[in-house]
Amino acid sequence: MDYLIAIGLEVVSGIASLVLISIGLAVVFGMMKVINLAHGEFLMMGGYATIAASKAGINIWIAILVIAPLVVGLVGLVVERLVIRHLYGRVIDTMLATWGLSLLFIGLVTTVFGNTTSGISSPLGAVNIGPIGFSAYKFFIVAVAVAVIVTLYLLFKLSRFGLIARATMQNADMSAALGVDPARVYAATFAIGSALAGLAGGVLAPVTGVVPSIGAAFVAKAFITVIGGGSAVLVGTLSASGIFATVNQLASFATTPVIGEVALLGAAIILLRLFPRGITGRFFKGRI
Amino acid sequence: MILELNGVGAGYGRIPILHHVDMSVAEGECVGLWGPNGMGKTTLLKTILGYLPATQGSINFMSEDVTPVAAHVRARKGLGLVPQGRQIFPALTVLENLRMGAALSGEGERHVIEEVLEQLPRLKSLLKRTGGLLSGGEQQLLALARCLCGRPKLMMLDEPTEGIQPSINEEIAETLRRLISEKSLAMIVVEQKREFIAVLAKRVLLMQKGSIAGEMTAAELLAHDTFH
Repeated sequence: MDYLIAIGLEVVSGIASLVLISIGLAVVFGMMKVINLAHGEFLMMGGYATIAASKAGINIWIAILVIAPLVVGLVGLVVERLVIRHLYGRVIDTMLATWGLSLLFIGLVTTVFGNTTSGISSPLGAVNIGPIGFSAYKFFIVAVAVAVIVTLYLLFKLSRFGLIARATMQNADMSAALGVDPARVYAATFAIGSALAGLAGGVLAPVTGVVPSIGAAFVAKAFITVIGGGSAVLVGTLSASGIFATVNQLASFATTPVIGEVALLGAAIILLRLFPRGITGRFFKGRI
Repeated sequence: MILELNGVGAGYGRIPILHHVDMSVAEGECVGLWGPNGMGKTTLLKTILGYLPATQGSINFMSEDVTPVAAHVRARKGLGLVPQGRQIFPALTVLENLRMGAALSGEGERHVIEEVLEQLPRLKSLLKRTGGLLSGGEQQLLALARCLCGRPKLMMLDEPTEGIQPSINEEIAETLRRLISEKSLAMIVVEQKREFIAVLAKRVLLMQKGSIAGEMTAAELLAHDTFH
């Protein structure tokens, strides 16, 4: 029984991690149709921002929950203003530009921090479930994922900004005819997506450690989840994360983590074969 | 005059569509814009709103030169558009579409929407419906209501009866007539149906090959034998 509870907790924690890794990309890709290949590097920078702030004496929780999203959100704002804004509607150009940015960020971070793994210890200890020890920090990851989903739902469904953002993503010209400045909405949405990536990087830093090239590991999973989820940002990310993380964790328990990753990819291929437009392209239509 | 265009030219890329357009709209006046397809009527509305930049001439709105001003700023100054093809936000509910219209009106959102719904009561029972699931006529009413929620000082309607059933056309015409007579709302109505324009506009501009080719009264428009 304890073993089953531990597996269940690992699955929930895996879903939460995948939600966090993907949600920033889901906001940017799902709402703006911008394919940000530098998404993984945004997570990486969130991790480094957390580590740097923590080593500078800032409280670890503030470093994770405030500094990381703030720093990466600001980076996103600058990137949108200097690069992305000029490439809206040009998918291939955006992919090339953001790929170039990812290389730039890796180079810059390597120059500053070196090409070695940096890390901080988990700020929470372990809890025992029967004879099995379980990191309490994973409960924190789950709590952050839940908070992010609830906050985004409230933001996009109930706030004036959310209404304007959803309308602008559907028809920017018509929004402009109603007095909305689409450029500002795009900038704010991209900054929110970037900040979410920074938050994820900060939250996961104590678990994964950080190395300049870690973004590549994040971005593949994030894209698989977002494409598998379909057009609905929140419901799509949640449902795809639920399926993929469950498959990943269960296969990892049964075999090895490597086989778990392969199982995740296999699940993604099967899912996209069955639902080419993702889960929310078939189910939950019209949801956020 | 609430709107004045002096020698305005515009086009798509290097292809000029409008040539030296001069026109004006007085406060509370409804001006009809009539002509066959492809003569530049929609392009003219897009240029007035700021979707397309004027390549020559000037556009004055409320005694201010808005020629270099972006579309969203012109909209905030009081230019409203009911576009061709309705262009409601299909994934938003009717109420959310109306809230979008009222979002930047500068007045209480609920109050503005309630007032507009009194003018278009058919929408009251549809507030929770998704915009994309409405009939064409209902979408046209929604596009009109959304524009009114922004409290426009000049409303531009582009082919409001296109593909709409007659009963809704009558409702739209009646609503527009009330807005002109009771609220003194200035309008530019682009329309192919001469009877619809004649009901609303006393003055009708004939558009041909990107220019204003002439001006006539509503009665003259109905008697006009061109472009039948």
